[in-house]
Amino acid sequence: MYSKKVIEEFSNPANVGVIEDADGVGEIGSTIDGDIINISIKVKDNILEDVKFKTFGCVVAISTSSAVAKLAKGKTVDEAMALTNEDVINYLDGLPEGKDRCSGFALDALKMAIENYTHKSK
Amino acid sequence: MDHSATTPVDPLVVDAMLPFFTEAFGNASSLHSFGTEAADALSLARKQVADAIGAHPEEIIFTSGGTESDNLAIRGVVPYNNGKKHVITSVIEHPAVLNTCAFLEELGHEVTYVPVDADGVVDMNILEKSIKENTALISVMHANNEVGTIQPIEKISKIAKENNIYFHTDAVQSVGKIPVNVDDLGVDMLSISSHKIHGPKGVGALYVRKGTNISPIVFGGNHEKGMRSGTENVSGIVGFAKAMELAVKLLDADSIHMTRMRDSLISRVFDTISDVRLNGHPSRRLPNNVNMSFKYVEGESMLMLLDMQGVAVSTGSACSSKSLKASHVLSALEIEDEFIHGSLRMSLGRENTMDDIDYVVDALQETIAKLRAMSPLAGK
Repeated sequence: MYSKKVIEEFSNPANVGVIEDADGVGEIGSTIDGDIINISIKVKDNILEDVKFKTFGCVVAISTSSAVAKLAKGKTVDEAMALTNEDVINYLDGLPEGKDRCSGFALDALKMAIENYTHKSK
Repeated sequence: MDHSATTPVDPLVVDAMLPFFTEAFGNASSLHSFGTEAADALSLARKQVADAIGAHPEEIIFTSGGTESDNLAIRGVVPYNNGKKHVITSVIEHPAVLNTCAFLEELGHEVTYVPVDADGVVDMNILEKSIKENTALISVMHANNEVGTIQPIEKISKIAKENNIYFHTDAVQSVGKIPVNVDDLGVDMLSISSHKIHGPKGVGALYVRKGTNISPIVFGGNHEKGMRSGTENVSGIVGFAKAMELAVKLLDADSIHMTRMRDSLISRVFDTISDVRLNGHPSRRLPNNVNMSFKYVEGESMLMLLDMQGVAVSTGSACSSKSLKASHVLSALEIEDEFIHGSLRMSLGRENTMDDIDYVVDALQETIAKLRAMSPLAGK
């Protein structure tokens, strides 16, 4: 049902954790919905030097979190803000029908972290 | 570890079925010798199934399985009982009952859904107070498919009888796990499924007590005394009957074996994993059912990691269901949100061993440790 890429990201996710001295943090979801995604970023010279995530949720929530962290890492702030849900789904070689409900949460958490950073640095 | 979903067919059942595909392939309605052979096989199967639940052969209607049996019991009885338009059921029934009741509501019938307590036992006070002049039927499952809670069927049937109301129970999960006798339970109708008891898929039965005013829901050539038309699935019915015979013969040994494994699994999970709860009743539960919730982790993720380790389970989490809603059963048990998404059902079978339990406990520890390391909720 899930693509090989989804299973790979889910079972061996990279960038799991919380950046202690993060420049920006975004957290989305609640225990009622059953998904909580926390993304923290480290920014240096306008580039996302490090992106880490912690996720409570299903296979899609975990694999999209891992994908978002990988996609965003090394990008400029503007490039990362321009990432779309489609980019994430394409990176994962697609998601099964009906499983795309929470696919945007990880990206939302990333953008929240970036906004948190830009707000602080103003 | 997912025997409540389905079971492998017992080799003895396969042996009993095989001749009915190639040699004895007759249509039981035909008058020639091929037909007679099939008809004789059906009579014997009907007797085997009846004997297994303490019924008379003429009280058994073969169907395509538990879902059809539930449909027949409810849709066959309710609309045809002197204009009585009210049904009482529970909030934790199988969708085969709940969705049939919802359909009746659309047709203008009234349905009362009785709540359950925190262990999943039907509230008897509310059930009794729900009875009206025009109540046609009470339908409450014998044992729940998700949390394994066994309902006080004898008490409900007594109340139904006193009030002259038909009583149906879905015994799909209980047959082969605990004693099922229609007179001891006092039911008028009882649903059984073959594939939950090491029989083939696509076959089951509805027991209907003699004198029950029931109409068919499938019309045609008047098979099953007009109660269920359609050429009988002879091989399937023969296999189902063999599985029923084995289920009764092995009941004592199976239930002791499964209870031992169940209790070992539960206590070892409690001993080795923190922030865990058992869902369902601590003692009034099916010998093969373990349903536990693990804080800070989500069911589908656990299921997938366990599957990678060769352990098949199921979960009541929202992400795993087609509706994207958390299980209606766990929701009815008023389990806290933190626990409701992290539920796992492990349902044991005859062929599981204590070694399997060892393996599952290890796999669970590994899975939950891995996911908790990833969870923003753990350790907060």
